[in-house]
Amino acid sequence: MSQVLSVTNLRKSYGATVAVDGLSFEVASNEIVGLLGPNGAGKTTTINMILGVLEPTSGSIRIEGVDLAAQRSRALEYTNFAAVYAPLPGNLTVQQNLRIFGLLYGVKDLSRRIEDLLRQYNLERFRDAKCGVLSSGEQTRVCLAKAMLNQPQLLLLDEPTASLDPAKAVDIRRLIVDFAAHSTGGVLWTSHNMYEVQEVCHRVLFLSRGRILLEGDPKSLPREHGMDSLEELFIAVAREPLALERT
Amino acid sequence: MALHRIWAVVLRQFFLLRGSPARILPLFAWVAIDMVLWGFISKYLNSVASAGFNFVPMLLGAVLLWDFMVRVMQGVTLAFFEDVWTRNFLNIFATPLSIPEYVSGLVISSIATSSVGLVVMILLATLVFGLSFFIYGAMLVPFLAVLFLLGIALGILGSAIVLRLGPAAEWFIWPIPALLSPFAGVFYPLSTLPHWMRFIARLLPASYVFEGMRAVIAHRELAASPLFLGACLAVFYLLLTSWLFGRVFRHAVRTGLIARYTAETAG
Repeated sequence: MSQVLSVTNLRKSYGATVAVDGLSFEVASNEIVGLLGPNGAGKTTTINMILGVLEPTSGSIRIEGVDLAAQRSRALEYTNFAAVYAPLPGNLTVQQNLRIFGLLYGVKDLSRRIEDLLRQYNLERFRDAKCGVLSSGEQTRVCLAKAMLNQPQLLLLDEPTASLDPAKAVDIRRLIVDFAAHSTGGVLWTSHNMYEVQEVCHRVLFLSRGRILLEGDPKSLPREHGMDSLEELFIAVAREPLALERT
Repeated sequence: MALHRIWAVVLRQFFLLRGSPARILPLFAWVAIDMVLWGFISKYLNSVASAGFNFVPMLLGAVLLWDFMVRVMQGVTLAFFEDVWTRNFLNIFATPLSIPEYVSGLVISSIATSSVGLVVMILLATLVFGLSFFIYGAMLVPFLAVLFLLGIALGILGSAIVLRLGPAAEWFIWPIPALLSPFAGVFYPLSTLPHWMRFIARLLPASYVFEGMRAVIAHRELAASPLFLGACLAVFYLLLTSWLFGRVFRHAVRTGLIARYTAETAG
């Protein structure tokens, strides 16, 4: 499997505060990697650095082999993202937002791509609705449709199902799993829903205080550390990271 | 630079304008009110002043030129503020869009929106108040060009200030034209000003335009060099403010401001 994302010795500090401390990891094509950790562990900081909206203090990020620091625009052409805290402008319609972001990502045959996504994400009846009047679940679907516009090689998802009811979340998870299985792209996914992570992720990285504490298959990792479930492991990481570091 | 990305920034403004009368009206309403107000003031002054002196090209023409510059500035800042108001920085700056492309999109949006205001002002000034642009002759082109460049530079400066200081700094931006107008000599010769104000006026490209305009109306010989100096200053400010915007953006990326741009976190 080829690497779509390669992060090496990534570090971000704000004065004396270290938010991310020497992270190194890869995401391969067709792979869904879960980035887990308690609040403040450095997940969103890491995603922001990969998105090019936060400059690392040191380290390198390569997307499809392109160095983000040296060729920002070219590297970002291969990415896209959806985050619960980054809704699309509410004063534009669904279709208008998709057209504008499609142009920004240089999507070929944009009109057809928009139609495909409206159909795939069940947004056809909302095409002329302003995004600001949609429910949070509908807005999440629009954000995901935006994230798929350029069929990214690297899809970054920061708690994409956080505002969805379980039924909608299942649908969204299925779409993302399909994307990873049937495209050449890879996915980096953060979530606090351990059931979801166990279901969709091929590999997880547990972050604590800006460092990777544990890494492995979410189905076998809890047992390897004497825990019954991923949720239990998560709580242990959040409460006693030093104890886990020693195991 | 990729034209499709610049077009995306412009298209966003077009979509917003098309769907919102509240955005279309200000493109021409305030400048139209200014034209009507100063048109009647000019007419009144014509009726009480000595015969032979026409206040219409002097006052109404000056207001038209000044309002044009203000509309150009606001065209840039308003397009930028749309991203501030919708908290859209994370979405757009995580795309391949570069800063030169983004700023180019803002400038093209401003050309489109300020043109609407200019056309309305010209129509009102000529049809209702009899302002003849022939009186300015070919000099109207460099006058508008210098004010256009200055308006763009001020718009980029305003955007850089808000990007650096946060959404609340928007209220520093609206009064900028009013703060500059006494120094620009829109309605009076610079010789009216005290020395310290004249010194500041010499740093403003607009002051050379309005001095030139008065010289043309009074049929005095218009020296090319002061207006050329004004044009050079406008180009210099445009380059300076573009550089400043780039610096502020890099600072915002270094500190994480772009990723969490709200009134609470900026500053």
